[in-house]
Amino acid sequence: MINDLRIAVDIGGTFTDVVLEEGVRRITRKLLTTPQRPEEAVLEGVRLILGDAGKGFGDVGVFVHGTTLATNAVIERRGARTALIATEGFRDVLDIANESRYDQYDLSIEKPRPLVARAMRFTIPERLDVHGKVRLALDEGAVRTLAGRLKAEGIESVAVAFMHSYVNPAHERRVREILKAELPDLWVTLSSEVCPEVREYERTSTAVANAYVQPLMDSYLARMQTALAAEKFTGTIYLVTSGGGLTAIETARRFPVRLVESGPAGGAIFAAQVAARAGESRALSYDMGGTTAKICLIDDYQPHTARLFEVDRAARFLKGSGLPVRIPVIEMVEIGAGGGSIARLDALKRVTVGPESAGAEPGPACYGRGGRHPAVTDANVVLGTIDPAHFAGGSIALDIDAARGAIERDVAEGIGLSTEMGAYAVYEMVSENMASAARVHAVERGSVVNQYTLIAFGGGAPLHAARVAEKIGVQRVIVPPNAGVGSAVGFLAAPVSFELVRSRYMRLDAFDGEAASEMLDEMSREATALVAPGARGQPTFERRVAFMRYVGQGHEIMVTLPQRPLTAADTAALREAYERDYGVLFERHIPNAAIEILSWSVQVSTESKRPEVQGGAGSAPAPEPVGRRPVFDGRSGKTTDVPVYRREKLPPGSVFSGPAIVAEDETSTYVSASFAAHIDASGCIVMNRKAA
Amino acid sequence: MSQSNSVGLIDLQIMWHRLIAVVEEQAQTLMRTAFSPIVRECGDLSAGVFDLQGRMLAQAVTGTPGHVNSMAESVKHFLRYFPIETMKPGDAYITNDPWMGTGHLNDFVITTPCFRNGKLVALFSCTSHLMDIGGIGFGPDATDVFMEGLYIPMLKLFDQGKANETLMAMIRANTRQPVDTEGDVYSLAACNDVGARRLVEMMDEFGIESLDELGDHVIARSREAVLAEIAKLPKGTWHNSMTVDGYDEPVTLKAALTISETGIHVDFTGTTGVSRRGINVPHAYTTAYTVFGLGCVVSTHIPNNAGSLEPLTVSAPEGCILNAPKPTAVASRHVVGQMLPDVAFGCLRQVVPDRVPAEGTSCLWNINVRGRVKGGDGGNYGFGMAITSNGGTGARPDKDGLSATAYPSGVRGTPVEIAETQTPLLFWRKEFRPDSGGAGRTRGGLGQIMEIESGIDEPFDLLAAFDRIDYPARGRDGGGDGGAGVVAFKSGQTLKGKGFQLIPPGERLMILTPGGAGIGAPKERDRTQVANDLADGLISAETAEKVYEYKPPQAAE
Repeated sequence: MINDLRIAVDIGGTFTDVVLEEGVRRITRKLLTTPQRPEEAVLEGVRLILGDAGKGFGDVGVFVHGTTLATNAVIERRGARTALIATEGFRDVLDIANESRYDQYDLSIEKPRPLVARAMRFTIPERLDVHGKVRLALDEGAVRTLAGRLKAEGIESVAVAFMHSYVNPAHERRVREILKAELPDLWVTLSSEVCPEVREYERTSTAVANAYVQPLMDSYLARMQTALAAEKFTGTIYLVTSGGGLTAIETARRFPVRLVESGPAGGAIFAAQVAARAGESRALSYDMGGTTAKICLIDDYQPHTARLFEVDRAARFLKGSGLPVRIPVIEMVEIGAGGGSIARLDALKRVTVGPESAGAEPGPACYGRGGRHPAVTDANVVLGTIDPAHFAGGSIALDIDAARGAIERDVAEGIGLSTEMGAYAVYEMVSENMASAARVHAVERGSVVNQYTLIAFGGGAPLHAARVAEKIGVQRVIVPPNAGVGSAVGFLAAPVSFELVRSRYMRLDAFDGEAASEMLDEMSREATALVAPGARGQPTFERRVAFMRYVGQGHEIMVTLPQRPLTAADTAALREAYERDYGVLFERHIPNAAIEILSWSVQVSTESKRPEVQGGAGSAPAPEPVGRRPVFDGRSGKTTDVPVYRREKLPPGSVFSGPAIVAEDETSTYVSASFAAHIDASGCIVMNRKAA
Repeated sequence: MSQSNSVGLIDLQIMWHRLIAVVEEQAQTLMRTAFSPIVRECGDLSAGVFDLQGRMLAQAVTGTPGHVNSMAESVKHFLRYFPIETMKPGDAYITNDPWMGTGHLNDFVITTPCFRNGKLVALFSCTSHLMDIGGIGFGPDATDVFMEGLYIPMLKLFDQGKANETLMAMIRANTRQPVDTEGDVYSLAACNDVGARRLVEMMDEFGIESLDELGDHVIARSREAVLAEIAKLPKGTWHNSMTVDGYDEPVTLKAALTISETGIHVDFTGTTGVSRRGINVPHAYTTAYTVFGLGCVVSTHIPNNAGSLEPLTVSAPEGCILNAPKPTAVASRHVVGQMLPDVAFGCLRQVVPDRVPAEGTSCLWNINVRGRVKGGDGGNYGFGMAITSNGGTGARPDKDGLSATAYPSGVRGTPVEIAETQTPLLFWRKEFRPDSGGAGRTRGGLGQIMEIESGIDEPFDLLAAFDRIDYPARGRDGGGDGGAGVVAFKSGQTLKGKGFQLIPPGERLMILTPGGAGIGAPKERDRTQVANDLADGLISAETAEKVYEYKPPQAAE
């Protein structure tokens, strides 16, 4: 019998979050991360939380684990001693990259440093053409000679990335055979397995990232497995992937690059669960922490996904300044807008916020730890939406004068505003940054943002959600409980799944249903095999997708394929589906243009546990507020006394009207005057726009 | 300041922010819907929003500089031909006139009026590089503009929503790639529509009836900011001269840069006269790249708009290659035009040496190819493509130059696997070219070596438009020159840097892109950096020893 007790752990940069669920019971814990041996905090956390629950390791049925270890290894360049083997003549794909500058006007930019230096990038005579035909046979002797060199150089892990290997992986596979025969302990990553997609730079970069983190992740996962076994744990271990699915440890060890960004993915799943419980089929996940805000679209309780991600951006949040990794990811926009983001005036005396962050040390000026520059949190303190006496459960006493001083010096004075107006300008600008990111993100997906419900979590989001909602025309905002450990909570709701993407060119006017079906079936078998160890007999379903575009265009649109063998008769329906989506995205479709399919994806997944839409919570006036605070409103230029509620004292069904503040230890929710709020059956604060 | 004024100021700042987001979305839409590979893979485009006086209020960050400032000028021409009182909802106007657009026929500029509640409130304009517009093709061989392809005067592309089918038919009939070209025209029109829709949403949200106040604010603030930067510089006039290959004879670019209280002016008097071939530069393009170079040094983080551009001015005598009149041939105007930041830097180096890099490759090394495809072309031409590639940039005062990186152009390189999908070519090599970065205390960026062969039993055409073969980037303060470019057959024969040449099957075309120049004496270079360059094979042992005077540790004993 599978035990019902499940534990999720999210290792973040600062905190390791642990969540235990059993039936309807949920317990959470937060510990400091132990960077040298991350499993220590994990095991300690699990031990503590099992103690809280009065259970032992043997009672745990499922252990779900998300970690930023892979990402951090890349950012801190702490990965394995890695080499790249490329096609002769293509040693510098990683450095040549896309030959561009991520900032047009800045003459002093630095490009991202490749994970493998040139000295450790080797080439082998071989060449396939765009159809996968051998133009130059693989020089096997050269591979054997190279094996000796790799050994001499102490290389632990190798990525093999040949031209057009996504069409024909034969040469890459043969290289692995030879290397494994010569060097059985060597880790070998093939680009044709990690990322069988066209465009050599992204594919090579992905393969190298996988190779780079593989030994480290493998030893970490092995240690974790051993340690859990020693504690008599007999349940199943899952790892969370960037695509928001769970995967068995075996698959994670093969494709560790798929584990980057699992934390944020957990946040998006958390939001999707909140949306499902509230019956909100269109939701916008809005997670604002100390340094960044992340925004993700959720349609029909599924977060949107993408296929490209950048790790370690040299210039924060600037597209193109990081190392590309082409894997299925939950699509998120991340901008430098957190509570610690610093505000200042630029050369044009415009108020700007972020991406620089005051971090935890020295932190915003109001922390009184020597921070001189005003952060978003300082603006909130000056405006009055944060209670300086009860910040972080009263553990940090905030210095309101320091906040006022910083705002005055760096923002208000230079443009002739009062301190309060200066704070309001910061508040408006950071809200606009987030609104703008949400708006653009929605538009890129052909969605209309004001039809969405905002789900706000993380320390900063509840303070800004109302204003962001006003700006993007959103009618409803939900602030769920347990927002501080949202990612770990989300992990427990993730399905076991794996998505494979493969490039294979096919024109729609020469659609070969049989060949397509054959390939999709093969991908399906492969994905099913990768999911099987994790699914453990649970029923799975499959989603097949073609990435299509007009012949000659560069941007592909995802079109869902029917779950059956394809025939030439499907052409018309595929064209119609494509043109419909194209019209939604880009206004006009193009008459007469032919359509082509570039890539195909098969995702195999268990059914995710979607919560039932909850019932009503009744309706009663909220208990008396615990106090009142003066809050400054820039629009009217007035300071108003606003009632303050304690969240834990608001039972489900409580109804109150903005302006109001709902305070809790981790954050405060600001309900602006344009919203009415109530507490729903699961403890969420739900704000609805008042009728105009 | 009164309360309402305070809110007003905050809102103006936020709307400015929004305008930039709106045009960025416009540019992203164009990039995602474009057919032309140089647009969709490489970002050869620009997008912007203009007020009713034709002043550019915001430009997309995505895009390339040569298009931006010249597009800003082109909107004023549109307004002359289509006065605002004649504009109707659903209209869109088009031209590819090199002297009213962005400098060559391949760039289509489309301007769309934006209406809100029936009232004209703004103009959106965009431009992108179309792969083929007929004529002699995208190379410098023509002797006048009429040979260079279809010339579209100022016309209506859409009249109150109705497409100009006559024009579309003319376009289709005058290109080797009718489907792509037509598709690109639609994508240009669509991106303006997207921009317009967003702008209207913004105006609704903030309840403003016109962009006048916002426009004045953006322009005044930007102008002030640029002038404030200029005020920090010493005043005076500085001179520089730089010679480049030209088509059949060298071209000398002469500049006098004057910094005054009112701005920076660059005058190109003394520059070589027009070329017989298609490397001539219309004035708007000269201005675009000169001003871009100035902006990089003087006003890096000030957004581009009519206000920030205003204090930066350019003049060139008519009839010189930098102010080439109609009907000179201009298809490859970028080869000379992209040298202009380097020319301006040569002046600024005497003023603010710490902010200015050494000379670099500067012009794109686009490999313009066309030819037949296997199995017949069905009445069409075959394939044609500009495969974007680059040399190295000049050393920076405190950092090495960037290898294989576009500057000043903002385009991206073409992935080999994409080039091979679009053409029957086979690349045997595309990697760094050791020793091509000019030696110095800080080293120039490296160029690349490429070897390209026809993958089928057919020759292909090379429409060469390369420079810095005879005149490489010059080193500074004792730094070495960048490696000179080379175009040749692998079998030995040297090819011309400019003009049409046939590459027979079986021959490998070798292209060695130039390196950037170095700054300072090579022997002053940090020894660890020399050792790293040597270990990475970016410099040869010989260069390390002879040029950098580097002795490996064991040899030093």
